[in-house]
Amino acid sequence: MDVFSIIGPVMIGPSSSHTAGAVKIGNAAASLLGEEPASADILFVGSFAKTYKGHGTDKAVIAGILGMKPSDSRIKTSMNLAKEKGIKIAFRQGELPGAHPNTMVITLAGKRGKKVSVQGASIGGGNIVINRINSYPVNVAGQNTTLLVFHRDVPGMISDVTRLLAIRDVNINHFSLSRNRRGGAAVMAIEIDGEMDDDIAQEINRAHNILSAVVLRLN
Amino acid sequence: MFAYESVQELISAADKQGKKISELVLRDQAEYLEKESNAIYEQMHKNFLVMKKASEDGLKKNTRSASGLTGGNAIKMNQVVEAGKSICGRVIGKAIARALAVSETNACMGRIVAAPTAGSCGILPAAVLTLAEEHHLDEHDAVMSLFTAAGFGMVIAKKASIAGAEGGCQAECGSAAAMAAAALTELMGGTPQMAGHACSIAIKNILGLVCDPVAGLVEIPCIKRNASGVSNAFISADMALAGIKSAIPADEVIEAMKKVGDAMPNSLKETAEGGLAATPTGKALYKKVFGRCGDEKL
Repeated sequence: MDVFSIIGPVMIGPSSSHTAGAVKIGNAAASLLGEEPASADILFVGSFAKTYKGHGTDKAVIAGILGMKPSDSRIKTSMNLAKEKGIKIAFRQGELPGAHPNTMVITLAGKRGKKVSVQGASIGGGNIVINRINSYPVNVAGQNTTLLVFHRDVPGMISDVTRLLAIRDVNINHFSLSRNRRGGAAVMAIEIDGEMDDDIAQEINRAHNILSAVVLRLN
Repeated sequence: MFAYESVQELISAADKQGKKISELVLRDQAEYLEKESNAIYEQMHKNFLVMKKASEDGLKKNTRSASGLTGGNAIKMNQVVEAGKSICGRVIGKAIARALAVSETNACMGRIVAAPTAGSCGILPAAVLTLAEEHHLDEHDAVMSLFTAAGFGMVIAKKASIAGAEGGCQAECGSAAAMAAAALTELMGGTPQMAGHACSIAIKNILGLVCDPVAGLVEIPCIKRNASGVSNAFISADMALAGIKSAIPADEVIEAMKKVGDAMPNSLKETAEGGLAATPTGKALYKKVFGRCGDEKL
């Protein structure tokens, strides 16, 4: 906690959890897609499902998908901007047993054919947690710059990746790993102190048995 | 470095070093965030300018919120004050108008600074901007007072809560009023102890207030509670500056706020299931905004 978590963030209203948090979940999905989106399907769950229109959560999440930050005054007009870009948008309301009351699932398809599905929860004060990426359960808060590394589930992957970070003097402050099945695919979520160059992610991307590496900057 | 675990810690450090709480918080945060003091000040100055713009916009634009439930009241209040007809007088009258203005800007998807939250974003700007204008204070001092506000806010966030969903409205508008009261006290030359008393008094005045937003939106009653919150900040600061002490010390008041929040039923903590949200009119407004797709319980 610091002064700017109390006097801040600068944000577009009306609600830190329903507006600012929604923008950040949209940002996360857009970063993971990594290309221009062609379509966005958003499933609102719990409180989001009930109140998304009055809070502008729909505009906020689309703004996030378009790469805007929570303080961007264009959030209000994000629907029109998405339309101009020819992005197909669908909103749905549903249930997700056991999920946090403010949860959404964003499924994006890119113009070059890539697809990604991201489940995130807005947990208050504009803070979020990404709970699932495609079929991987994760726990990414995005308070710090976070490197997500998707890779084959084979021995030595953690040391390969962390060695590349160590060489570049990147300090890890939180690390978690999850996989869908033994020998299948896995994802490392690595939170770091300060910043890292994007070319480190590209270097990791080129390494053996790596499927992809993405840097999330949500704050 | 400060632990921000008690108000006493801030007051003792300020007394010992003969400095203002704002100066110590700025220095501490520069160290904590590993930046120059100037950079931290500049970032706060930017937030201050966002607050100012939100207040000015809200007094000019007669906008409605996305839900259509609220808007236009800041202008009405401001007209009465400018006509010299506010029974509260110019200072409180202007503060009320500004608190409404910032909160209405928030409700219609304008840009604000959460202070400490979006729901309570009108209180601190209204307090500081109004005092600075009416007493011709330097912008620098006004910006610095936000560090005092943040220092108290951090203690409240650590010891209790600043989220309506956890502690009710007392945690949002109460925390904001306490932060503002401390800032006003320092701005008027009060001692660190006086700032502590102002914080205590403000929280005591709002202890137990529930969070019961109609239709779950940050509008009814939140916008008017910002006006009430800034008035609370002014009267608390005024009492503290007059040398009036809070019988219960700030740290114990904050602990009491935490216990009261814990004891509050969930229906009164931002779930829109109790209080004003559950009145016949509250329910009717919910239906008006969300139609039939909502929760049957409401």
